[in-house]
Amino acid sequence: MKAAVIVFPGSNCDSDCWHVLNDVMETKVQYVWHKETSLPDIDLVVLPGGFSYGDYLRTGAVARFSPVMNAVQKHAKSTKPVIGICNGFQILLETGLLPGAMLRNRSLRFVCKYVYLKTENNKTTFTNRLAKDEVLQIPIAHGEGNYFCDEKTLEELETGNQIVFRYASERGELGGRFNPNGSLGHIAGIVNKEGNVLGMMPHPERASEEVLSSDDGRKIWESILNSLK
Amino acid sequence: MTTTMQEPEINQKLIESHGITAEEYKKICEILDREPNFTELGIFSVMWSEHCSYKNSRPVLKLFPREGKNLLVKAGEENAGVVDIGDGLAICFKIESHNHPSAVEPFQGAATGVGGIIRDIFTMGARPILSMNSLRFGSLDKTQNKNYLCGVVGGIAHYGNCIGIPTVGGEIYFDESYEGNPLVNAFCLGIMRHEDLVKGSAKGVGNSVYYVGATTGRDGLGGAAFASRELTEESQEDRPAVQVGDPFMEKLLLEACLELAKSDAIVGMQDMGAAGLTCSTCETAARGNAGIEIDLARVPKRETGMVPYEIMLSESQERMLVIVKKGKEKVVKDIFEKWDLHSVKLGEVKDGNLMKVFENGKLVAEIPAKALTDEAPIYQREMKEPDYLKKVRNLDLKNIPEPHDYNQVLLKLLDTPTIASKAWIYEQYDHMVRTDTVFLPGHDAALVRIKGTKKGIAISTDCNGLYCYLDPYEGGKIAVAEAARNVACSGAKPLAITNCLNFGNPMNPDIFWQFRKAVDGISEACRAFETPVTGGNVSFYNESPKGAIYPTPTIGMVGILDDIKLRVPSFFQNVGDTIYLLGETFEELGGSQYLLLEHGLRQGIPPKLDLKKERALQDLILSCAKARLLNSAHDLSDGGLAVALSESLLGKINHPLGATVNLDFGKHLRRDSLLFGETQSRILVSLNPKKEHEFEAQAKRNGVPYFKIGQVTKGGLQIQSLINLSSEQIEKTYREAIPGRMN
Repeated sequence: MKAAVIVFPGSNCDSDCWHVLNDVMETKVQYVWHKETSLPDIDLVVLPGGFSYGDYLRTGAVARFSPVMNAVQKHAKSTKPVIGICNGFQILLETGLLPGAMLRNRSLRFVCKYVYLKTENNKTTFTNRLAKDEVLQIPIAHGEGNYFCDEKTLEELETGNQIVFRYASERGELGGRFNPNGSLGHIAGIVNKEGNVLGMMPHPERASEEVLSSDDGRKIWESILNSLK
Repeated sequence: MTTTMQEPEINQKLIESHGITAEEYKKICEILDREPNFTELGIFSVMWSEHCSYKNSRPVLKLFPREGKNLLVKAGEENAGVVDIGDGLAICFKIESHNHPSAVEPFQGAATGVGGIIRDIFTMGARPILSMNSLRFGSLDKTQNKNYLCGVVGGIAHYGNCIGIPTVGGEIYFDESYEGNPLVNAFCLGIMRHEDLVKGSAKGVGNSVYYVGATTGRDGLGGAAFASRELTEESQEDRPAVQVGDPFMEKLLLEACLELAKSDAIVGMQDMGAAGLTCSTCETAARGNAGIEIDLARVPKRETGMVPYEIMLSESQERMLVIVKKGKEKVVKDIFEKWDLHSVKLGEVKDGNLMKVFENGKLVAEIPAKALTDEAPIYQREMKEPDYLKKVRNLDLKNIPEPHDYNQVLLKLLDTPTIASKAWIYEQYDHMVRTDTVFLPGHDAALVRIKGTKKGIAISTDCNGLYCYLDPYEGGKIAVAEAARNVACSGAKPLAITNCLNFGNPMNPDIFWQFRKAVDGISEACRAFETPVTGGNVSFYNESPKGAIYPTPTIGMVGILDDIKLRVPSFFQNVGDTIYLLGETFEELGGSQYLLLEHGLRQGIPPKLDLKKERALQDLILSCAKARLLNSAHDLSDGGLAVALSESLLGKINHPLGATVNLDFGKHLRRDSLLFGETQSRILVSLNPKKEHEFEAQAKRNGVPYFKIGQVTKGGLQIQSLINLSSEQIEKTYREAIPGRMN
């Protein structure tokens, strides 16, 4: 498996994603600067977290116009996997590769903490090493992770099995108390209809080693590797 | 419409309004051999302000121990000290205040404080890998202080989160002493390979002087001079003296500068912080024993009609001065173009010792560089022991009744924002980006790993201002000892400190006495722990109309853990583990949170610290950590033993443990001082019962008194017949204290 981590000005989880893929998962990975107009020969595109262009306008709104995003779109259309984490998810929404939008967190504050995720769909490129309903402990760190879409889209997401992760209790119960940002349907991560583009607010790269408080995120990387075997 | 400032005539009033005394003005005239023009007056006023020149504090700061075997750059030599940590790596760290700007504009004041300290680190060629902060506010019962807290925390989060440097910990006190004059001290630590160290000096005649980064505007005009005054009712009108930060711009600047540091194109780099272009130009020239010439017409500006005075004094953020090797200009240009940043040649390094400033070829200022830095005035300020001490140190415990209900007292302490969980604050900071944060905030020390090695770095910031108010010497010692103890509790060996000395007006002999005594205490403790002072910052004039703040010399202690696997958490881990208290307990209630909360007293003599005992205790913890004897280690501080026990239960959210504790060892003591007294040099540890024998033998060898006081249980805190609380109630009280006041 070969991966590319796209670097926008203001990306700040690029080196974290690179570290996990290179040092922990021992795969081939390279950085791709946002001014590039094509991608190298790779299987997986990672859109990392951060504050692309400072996110002063709207999260991800400027990054979608970066030259490299045309190549990323093409990659996605060829049904090869794309994972967008946090700001990467926001960029995928702005690009239209995933439906919906992000609102500011219900608390109106940035929130960084460990949360629990319930695996709703374990049949994707990104979750095939997880059990259905498996609960993962993975941290979030965002100011705008309050996922929103119209009713019709939500229905499509539900019926199409596109909701991959929801915020939950450590026992997998759903409820407002366990939702850290107010997102619709407790959504933490979704895939596109084709199932090859995942956007998630939690950071699996921050929970992929034993020395960090959890290594549950590793299963997501393992799933991707497994599906690309 | 833009107006161009008319340069005023130099007169008595103008000189005074620049904070320059008659004597200082005479000295300026002697140095120049003529009267200064308006631009030069401005340059002298910022460079000779306390903030830049340390004119009132330098003789005292020289008392700090600054020598150590691992130091690559010592205090005062560069922007920050540099310490060798082996494996060809070095760390560089510093703490700095942004108190005055935060008092006037909490959000931007705190944000630019973070931005400034980060620049201090990457200007040395080090990659910043973590931030911490030390904050002080008035009571959260008042709306104004809640607004301060929201603004400051929001500003720190805004800047740190966006730039992608984790804020991994810190400390905070709420006390009426800081009413109207909150303290915002920002700490940053960076890591580099030895060969990437960049110095802030201008050397090599003919080398180019480059300006890189953001444009220059009128924001932050004279901020350094503003920071060197007391806050008054009118300070709100000084808001233009507060800068506005752009963390995205700084992120680009950081990446570009680190790329530059790895190239062979530069001889020096210096950030434009306080006193902006003025300070960076004359400091690099002075350090390089060279002259420097720049032309202000080439400075990228965001406003039109700026006069030389304004350009030289602007404190616009996210700018750097780079000294580029002749012929390597293209390397700089290419790197900065990649990051879409300005890079402009302003001038050259010259022979001689003069800083010459031109505008379109016309000379607008000409001053010997060293006259502004090394040769700035130095004052020996008067000092005298303050009268208030006799009154506040007087405390007769016989007049203090012991409480009837110890459960209620403990809950009250846990509900105090100073003691309670700070999650409301640190959850607003991205504390995990870079994926090195091994200890999440809430531990005694922050702990990060260094990728590619087995090592970890532990950091703690500490200072008990009330102790320093009651006894600045003992308080200074304790601040260092507590910071070292926190670092040692994580298993790391204390290495060196940086400090941020927050005091009132140094012209007041009482204040200067506090300052001197605190420095003496810090120095003595640093010698005992062999942790030299690598740099820091002095912040005077921390006074509001209500008076001076508590003397608050914040210590940032950095330690190294050779093997991250040997780390020791602060919380109990397993049911059935044995709990020991290390160190003796005395009847010391002076300056305690218990006296303050339960009896409303800011009184007494703070606990005495015996440095020999403290060192023995820390050495014991380190050797036990190395031998993997400990499952947890937690230092006793505010709120004493009962609070430390409660905190130790709360390692896992919603899954508190319990403890059953026996206090027979302290039968001779008042029960309130046994439970809530803050005697120093004590640590609570837990370990597997099978290791008791080895542990006790080790404690005996080190000569540290130990007391087996109980056992970790499934739930409930039971301390003899005095305390009987459910762990759930303890957790709820502790975790909801701050959110309950803020939401």
